[in-house]
Amino acid sequence: MPSLNSWAYLFLKGSTSSMQATNLLILLLGFGVLAFYLGRGRSLAIAAPLGGIRKLHSLPSYYGMHAALWCALPSLFLLGLWLMFDESVINSLVIGSVAADIAPIDTATYNLLLNKVANLADGILPRKGQTESILAASDHMQSLRVISSWSLTALLLALSTAGLFWGWSKTASDFRARPAVEKVMQNLLLACACLAIFTTLGIVLSVLFESIQFFRSVPIYDFVFGLEWSPQTAIREDQVGSSGSFGAVPLFVGTLLVSAVAMVVAVPVGLMSAIYLAEYASKNVRNYAKPALEVLAGIPTVVYGFFAALTVAPFLRDLGSSFGLTVSSESALAAGGVMGIMIIPFISSLADDVITAVPQSMRDGSLAMGATKSETVRRVVIPAALPGIVGGIMLAVSRAIGETMIVVMAAGMAAKLTANPLESVTTVTVQIVTLLTGDQEFDSPKTLAAFALGLMLFTVTLLLNIFALHIVKKYREQYE
Amino acid sequence: MSPTDTTKPAKVAKKSPALKTSAAALNKAAAPNKAAAPKKTAASKKPKAAAAKKPRVMAAPKMSSSQSLDVDDHKVTVGKSFSDNAKMTMRNINVFYGDKQAIYDVNIDIAKNEVIAMIGPSGCGKSTFLRTLNRMNDTVEGCRVEGEICMDGEDLYAPKLDVVELRARVGMVFQKPNPFPKSIYENVAYGPKIHGLADTRVDLDEIVENSLRKASLWEEVKERLHQPGTGLSGGQQQRLCIARAIAVSPEVILMDEPCSALDPIATAKIEELIEELSQNFTIAIVTHSMQQAARVSHRTAYFHLGKLIEVNPTEQVFTMPEHQLTEAYITGRFG
Repeated sequence: MPSLNSWAYLFLKGSTSSMQATNLLILLLGFGVLAFYLGRGRSLAIAAPLGGIRKLHSLPSYYGMHAALWCALPSLFLLGLWLMFDESVINSLVIGSVAADIAPIDTATYNLLLNKVANLADGILPRKGQTESILAASDHMQSLRVISSWSLTALLLALSTAGLFWGWSKTASDFRARPAVEKVMQNLLLACACLAIFTTLGIVLSVLFESIQFFRSVPIYDFVFGLEWSPQTAIREDQVGSSGSFGAVPLFVGTLLVSAVAMVVAVPVGLMSAIYLAEYASKNVRNYAKPALEVLAGIPTVVYGFFAALTVAPFLRDLGSSFGLTVSSESALAAGGVMGIMIIPFISSLADDVITAVPQSMRDGSLAMGATKSETVRRVVIPAALPGIVGGIMLAVSRAIGETMIVVMAAGMAAKLTANPLESVTTVTVQIVTLLTGDQEFDSPKTLAAFALGLMLFTVTLLLNIFALHIVKKYREQYE
Repeated sequence: MSPTDTTKPAKVAKKSPALKTSAAALNKAAAPNKAAAPKKTAASKKPKAAAAKKPRVMAAPKMSSSQSLDVDDHKVTVGKSFSDNAKMTMRNINVFYGDKQAIYDVNIDIAKNEVIAMIGPSGCGKSTFLRTLNRMNDTVEGCRVEGEICMDGEDLYAPKLDVVELRARVGMVFQKPNPFPKSIYENVAYGPKIHGLADTRVDLDEIVENSLRKASLWEEVKERLHQPGTGLSGGQQQRLCIARAIAVSPEVILMDEPCSALDPIATAKIEELIEELSQNFTIAIVTHSMQQAARVSHRTAYFHLGKLIEVNPTEQVFTMPEHQLTEAYITGRFG
């Protein structure tokens, strides 16, 4: 059957390696399903003469799962490893065997040569006009790739078939399939949890290494305590106005100022609306008001940015001038105020949940003492709900510190060191964006400063969280 | 127990026989309905089998001929529901939750310094009734109270009445101990602070100490007044709640099954406490335990499906109840 053969060839080999991997994955999943039904079927067949599935140690589906896991997991593991190391092994083999006349002398030529050979092998570059030795290398690469993909396919098929048979043959009435499957499930969950942790670790490390590079050219003391931020570095010797000072203090002051304004707006409004919704509002009002409030969280920040820049900022400027105050047309107050509106739902929604979770018996106890409703809320409900409320506020603070769009549009870009919310300020995140947008060289201090800022922002948020946790632990009033 | 109190039946003398008899009656709960009859006191010599067919005229002279086990036939509360020395008077009380009526036309007095127990099967409205006395039902959505409830002649549901002041005068202890998540001291000081009962810290300390002493908790907690009240054992927590309630010097204390979440030893302590407290306070207690009602109360009110069936001195209720429904309940035929 030539047609089937060629189809199988195409399916197993694929036209590209990623397509091949996808096909193999589908094949493995199919094998897994097959293994499940075979294992389950065998357990049922074993159970039938013994007097039903109650004579088995585990439910039939566990035997199926056991076979399927044996069939799929080792093969998946192999596939992953292979895909990870396949290319680098082939590359080093090809480069190691090229003719002496094109052998690379440094990393740059190594990369160039590798690209050329790979492109030739992929058929992107025309073969015409290339030297003999390069053509030979590309042919070598091509043949290695074919060998690799076929051996991978063969290995996977063999491994999964072996796994299937092993899992299938283990099926017996006294085989403990359930604990084995549970163990695998537990490890899978563990692996997922580790994934999140390792991703965080990876992010921190990548930022850390770039920052260390930055601190080689700018002393860490100047960065952390410097009072002037002007990251323009000179490209030519004679350029003017490119002092390149990297003092992060104005940025952090700006960030704190905008966040503080936002929290001043969001915390009282959010908390009080949560108290109203949880304690006073009738069911009807609550059913409509709560989703309406949460719509605020769904508005894109760019839209808030418009609102802040085009409506709130001019309004504040006009209002200020009528009082004889000079309000910058891009002010921390406008940006912070609108940001505060944006994060109201974070606080109100979380606080509402924790207030509702305070047991009714607490309220009854207080009301029966002759406390009024507001006394009950102030003295009993809020203290009992405090950990959750602080959690909500911390989330809101992180959100405020990390917010970029509103600040870009409404607070300006000028790194002024000021505590006056009527002036324009800039924040850490805005500066990171401006440092990294456009064409940048990745080894100048100007670009690397973005990573240092990111690292510092991360550290500050982390410290803030630890501090908040400490506060919560110290002052929490635990019920039950 | 003050022997000078005239409204109180001579409980001290009769208490132990009453207890014994009610316990005997309860022991027979599993036995066929009327098996307890021969063990009854001299007051009801007549066999019970006959009583089921026609009214027991000898034992309960006031019993109307319409009395039956069908609660729908019940119109008027039997027994001594009124008092000359009333602290609280309730007339024609009807309570509704939305469209559903929970209490039907209840008339009862609560006398000064008495302990009155409310018993009855689950869902009979005794807790609802208790909660109307300090208007805690106001917090329940859709709850409506009709009728007249007076304390010292003052209408509790009058529009000008201040609920806050009422609840300071009528304290409440709940089924599950619910100390606030604060220190022991703050728990007791909560009420006095809200009502401004103490001008100085010293006054407040004194109120806290006195309340804890009255709740016989002082010796156990005086070393750790500033530790969380939630760290106490269940029985201690309940006594803390009682101390909290008496810290504002209420006139009436309502207890809604105060021992149902406690072990027997803690229950015994609370019951002892109730007896002591009855010297200074009027106490209305809802309980599921008939032994408890027999042990602590002076009068017992039996509720059934929202109706007040019978009110009588406790020993009478447990030895020779006037109403067949009451008898059926205390002998364990339902509930």
